[in-house]
Amino acid sequence: MTPARPRGRALLVASVVLAASLALGLMAGAAGISPRAIALALLDRLPLVSVHSGLAPVEEGLLFQLRVPRVLLAAVVGGLLATAGAGYQGVFRNPLADPYLLGAAAGAGLTVTLVVVFLGGDTGVTAVPIAAFAGAVGGVFLAYALGHTAGRGGGTATLVLAGVAVTSFLTAIQTFVQQLKVEELQRIYSWILGDVGGGWDQLRMIAPYAAVSTVVMLLHGRLLDVLSVGDEEAVSLGLRAARVRFVVLLAASLATASAVAVSGLIAFVGIVVPHVVRRLAGWSYRIVLPVSFLGGAAFLVLADTIARTVLAPAELPIGVVTAFVGAPFFVTILRVTRRVET
Amino acid sequence: MSGRAAPAVETRGVGVTLGGRRVLTDVTLSAAPGQWLAIIGPNGAGKSTLLRAVAGLVPREGEVLVAGTAVDDLRPRRRARLIAYAPQSPALPPDMTVYDYALLGRTPYIAYLGSESARDREVTRSVLERLDLDGFASRPLGHLSGGERQRVVLARALVQQAPVLLLDEPTTALDLGHQQQVLELVDRLRLADDLTVVTTLHDLSLAGQYADALVLLAAGRAVAAGPPERVLAEPLLAEHFGARVRVEPGPGGRPVVHLVRPSVSSMVEEA
Repeated sequence: MTPARPRGRALLVASVVLAASLALGLMAGAAGISPRAIALALLDRLPLVSVHSGLAPVEEGLLFQLRVPRVLLAAVVGGLLATAGAGYQGVFRNPLADPYLLGAAAGAGLTVTLVVVFLGGDTGVTAVPIAAFAGAVGGVFLAYALGHTAGRGGGTATLVLAGVAVTSFLTAIQTFVQQLKVEELQRIYSWILGDVGGGWDQLRMIAPYAAVSTVVMLLHGRLLDVLSVGDEEAVSLGLRAARVRFVVLLAASLATASAVAVSGLIAFVGIVVPHVVRRLAGWSYRIVLPVSFLGGAAFLVLADTIARTVLAPAELPIGVVTAFVGAPFFVTILRVTRRVET
Repeated sequence: MSGRAAPAVETRGVGVTLGGRRVLTDVTLSAAPGQWLAIIGPNGAGKSTLLRAVAGLVPREGEVLVAGTAVDDLRPRRRARLIAYAPQSPALPPDMTVYDYALLGRTPYIAYLGSESARDREVTRSVLERLDLDGFASRPLGHLSGGERQRVVLARALVQQAPVLLLDEPTTALDLGHQQQVLELVDRLRLADDLTVVTTLHDLSLAGQYADALVLLAAGRAVAAGPPERVLAEPLLAEHFGARVRVEPGPGGRPVVHLVRPSVSSMVEEA
C-alpha cells in the first residue's frame, strides 16, 4: 500500500542489473583481459587498498583509458536520457513525450552540422560537444519562448506544437547546410547515430550538468505525481503547477543537452526505458525517475557492449543497436505485462 | 444563525472573463459556517466557473474571502488548507491506487521538496475508513465504478481538512441511488465536521432537498439568492431556464420541481 517497499525492491533490482551490465561492459572486448584481473585492478584503485592485478601496463592503460571511461559514459548518457524522458512525460502528462520533443535534437543537429561543415578538421572535432550542448539548449529555449508567446498561460499543448515547429524549421536549415558540403555527410550522419567513446575528458565536461539536472529531477518525483491528476487540481492543492513544470523541464532539458553533447542523438532510450520501468515498477514518479536512471544506464552500457563486440573489430553505431535490440525487447515487455487498458 | 460571525466563504463583485468572453459579472454571495450553498442555473450560466473562481483556478476581478480573509493575501498552500475543490470530471490516473490518490489531499501540508509524514498517512487512512473505502485502499483508480470514484474524489477533498468544500456537480454520471448516497454522505460529513459546502447542482429538486440556500445564476449574474422555497419559484425558473415547471412542497416542506410537458395544442401553436 505504501510505496516504500516496492520502491526499495525496484531500486535494488535495477542497481543489480546496472552492476551486472557494468561488469559485462568492462569484460567484453578484444584484448581478452580476465575478469579476475579487472576486479583486482579496480580494487587497486580504491584508496587504502593495494593489490597486484598482474596486468601489463598496456592492458592497464587500455582498461582505464578506454574501457572504464567508455562504460561510464554510456551509463551516464543512458541514465540522463531515460530520466529526462520520464521527466518530459511527467511534465506533459503524455506517454509519447521524449527528451527530443522540444527541439533539443534538431538544435544540436544543426549546430553540429554547422561546425563540421564550416570549421571542419581538428577544430571541428573539438568544438562538436560544445556546439551540440549549445544547440540542444538553444532549440529547447526557442520552442519554449515560441510556445510561451503563442499560448497564454503556458499550456502544454502549445508547447508541444512549438517544439514540432522548431524541430522542422531547424532540421530544414540543417539539411540545407548539409547539402553544401556533401563530403562531410558521413561524419554528420555518424555523429547523429551516436557514440560514447569520448573518454574521461567528455565525462568530466558534462559531470556537473549531469549531476545537477539529475538531482533536481529526482527531487521532483512527488510533485510530478501531484501534477498527474491535472493542473487545476494540483493548483487547488496549493501547488504552483506552472513553476514545477518549468523547473522539471529545465532540468530535463539540461540533462538531454549534456547527453547529446557527448553521444550524438541516440534514439529510443528516453522513451522506452521509462515505459518499461512503469510496467514493471509502478506509476509513481518517485519510483519511475530513479529506476529509469539506473535502467537507462544499464540499457546503454549493454547496447554499447553489443555495438563494439558483434562485428569486432568493426563497431556498430550505438543508435542502431538501441533501436534494433530495444524495439523487440519493448514489444516483449508490453506483451508479458499485458493488462486491461482503461 | 449567528449573524455576527464572518461568513465561511464570501464573494464580492466577482467577475470573470475567459478568452475574451464575459462569463461572470458582479457575483456577490456568501455562505455561513456549516451551511450548504447550491449554485443553480441553466447550462452556460457560469456555475462551474464561479466555483473555479472561488477556488482560485481562473483569473477574476472582485474579492473572495474565507472566514473574513481575502484569499489573494494567502500563499497557495495556505489557501489550499482552507478551500478544497473537486472538479466535475477529475483526472484519475488509472494505475494510481485509491490510497495514493487520497494521500494527494495532504499536498498543502507538505513542504515543496518534502514527503508525507506519519500524520499525513494517518489522516488519509482514517478518512478512507470513514467513507468505507478502507477495503479499496490498494485498488487502482481504473478499476472503480462511478459511485466509488465519486467517493474517492470526496475522500481526497476531505483529506485536505479544509473547512470549505467546493464540489462541482458531485452527482454527474451517477444513477439515482448513487446520487442519493453521495449527497447523503456529503450532508453527514458536513454536519459532523461543521463543513461549509458549496456545490453546483443541475438537478433543481436535489438542490432544493439538500441545500440551505441557493444562488440562481443566469448569463453570468446572480439573479436570485435565498432559501430554496424562495429561489425555486415558478416564474423565476420559467424566465431563466425557459422551462415549464410546477413547484410543489415536498418532504419537510422543501420544494420539488416537476417538468410540465407543454400540451399538444400549445406545441402546435408554437410550431
